[in-house]
Amino acid sequence: MIEGIFVEGLIYGIMVLGVFISFRILDFPDLTVDGSFPLGAALMVQCLLLGMNGWLALLVAFAGGVLAGVVTALIHNHLRVPNLLAGILTMTMLYSINIRILGNRANVPILDQSTILKQVTEKFTGIIPDDYILLVFFVIVALVVKVLLDLFFRTDLGMTMGAMGNNEQMVISQGVNPKTLKTIGVGLSNGLVAISGAFAAQYLGFADVGLGQGIIVSGLASVMIGEFLVLKSNRIGVLTLCALAGSVCFYAVMYVGRFYGYVIHMTPSDLNLIKGVLIIALLIATQAKKLKVPFKVAK
Amino acid sequence: MIELKNVSIVFGQGTVNENKALNNINLKVKEGDFITIIGSNGAGKSTLFNTIAGTYVPSEGQIFANDKNVTRDPEYKRAKYIGRIFQNPLLGTAGNMSLEDNMTITHKKGMKWLRRSLNSKTREMFRQQLVQLKMGLEYRMKENLVMFSGGQRQALTLLMMVLSKPSLILLDEHTAALDPKNAEIVLELTNKFISEYHLTAMMITHNMTHAIEFGNRLLMMDGGEIIFDIEGEEKKALTVEKLIQKFHELRHKTFENDRTLLAED
Ligand SMILES: Nc1ncnc2c1ncn2[C@@H]1O[C@H](COP(=O)(O)OP(=O)(O)O)[C@@H](O)[C@H]1O
Ligand SMILES: [Mg+2]
Repeated sequence: MIEGIFVEGLIYGIMVLGVFISFRILDFPDLTVDGSFPLGAALMVQCLLLGMNGWLALLVAFAGGVLAGVVTALIHNHLRVPNLLAGILTMTMLYSINIRILGNRANVPILDQSTILKQVTEKFTGIIPDDYILLVFFVIVALVVKVLLDLFFRTDLGMTMGAMGNNEQMVISQGVNPKTLKTIGVGLSNGLVAISGAFAAQYLGFADVGLGQGIIVSGLASVMIGEFLVLKSNRIGVLTLCALAGSVCFYAVMYVGRFYGYVIHMTPSDLNLIKGVLIIALLIATQAKKLKVPFKVAK
Repeated sequence: MIELKNVSIVFGQGTVNENKALNNINLKVKEGDFITIIGSNGAGKSTLFNTIAGTYVPSEGQIFANDKNVTRDPEYKRAKYIGRIFQNPLLGTAGNMSLEDNMTITHKKGMKWLRRSLNSKTREMFRQQLVQLKMGLEYRMKENLVMFSGGQRQALTLLMMVLSKPSLILLDEHTAALDPKNAEIVLELTNKFISEYHLTAMMITHNMTHAIEFGNRLLMMDGGEIIFDIEGEEKKALTVEKLIQKFHELRHKTFENDRTLLAED
């Protein structure tokens, strides 16, 4: 089951790309994620139960995530609520909404509905060893999302978003409304998170309102691991690849902790502590790394 | 062009910190004007710019751009025809992005969409424009701007602003944070661009000599008011001594900013 280690990292990698967009590109610490991840899962499961095609259901999940992000951005933009609080507000409301979507239940399993994953497995069984079908599939899905994002951030709109995260005044001076950029960016970010949630639901075989708990911390830890892996770069292609690699590393560590943690008397509930400690360790390590690099004297 | 009618700005209205930063300003900026602005610290110069640019909404009065009332237009909308450069050279460009990316974002004003305008043709156009700066930046288009000096970044901001053809440019002590050599270069470029591209400009400076040397019109501000507005031949005849004396006559106090006196070189 070694491939399972990587599959999780790739599924959640799409969420990490979303977190990377909000935290790193937009400089908008967005906590909506903890709600939009289970939203994606809930929408996927409900749509499947209604007999919808899996890919169409994925589109619905994406749209739901975008909407959640847009709500956060609008609260922040128009009510002058700090971005952290705006995200918490949406996340809190999403908890109720997700239960509603799941038909007033906290957990809904996928029964014999045909998920995207089942279709893919059926199609490729015999061609690729069964154990590796999902691994190959998610490598492709993650890379497709990554490449699409790379292309997006190389357009004028994408570049301007990148500039805003760095220097909002510059964007205003260009006659661009930063509120519009934030709405698009946070929407896109949560759309990706919801897609990740939708795939997670298919992989796990159920949707649960608790799926999103602590997702933002995992996402952030993954982003930070990715940044730690390579030297500083401004190439968007490198940055998104790092985010994915960070996710694979992070979830591999969590996987090992979950399945082999008992060796050192660890229980699954210890994982949250481990995540926090991991982030703190990364913060310390990043600072140590920064101090070691001598400042370049610009002449 | 731009006209301010009875504009006042009050900060902290109704609190103990109430502060009238602009007091009933009336100002008409004519097309082609190059106005230099002097005044001691806290006189309201930056507040005047922020009000023209739309960062602050006036507590009273109206602002017109080409006879259109723009008093309530947000800053990003006015930015389409008003260019600004700040004292902080980092504010004009994105340090985490390459020179060519920065130019792609800034060469046209307004909302950007899903096009990619950076291609071999625009790259060549940017390269040619960079040559005007005579800083060799045309060979460094793929470098991140964090690697550039403050002077280079300010010169770039100036160039990119000029290329977007604004009807008015606001320069707020834009050379004050640079070392003397770079300040000189950026000021020269400013003057060159303003005359070559026939720009309408307002420039705040703490250097009286520069205020006299450059432009066709000079404003002196104090206590949130424009106390002195002079142009044409009259301005040409000004000297630093006359300016200081004028200030003394008008306000019955000495010009408090020693820096301005020392910066006569
Ligand atoms: N955002 C602000 N909030 C409160 N007071 C301000 C603000 N901006 C400027 N002021 C006050 O307004 C006055 C004028 O400031 P400013 O326009 O920056 O002066 P100058 O640029 O001429 O040195 C000062 O007393 C300053 O403290
Ligand atoms: Mg000032």
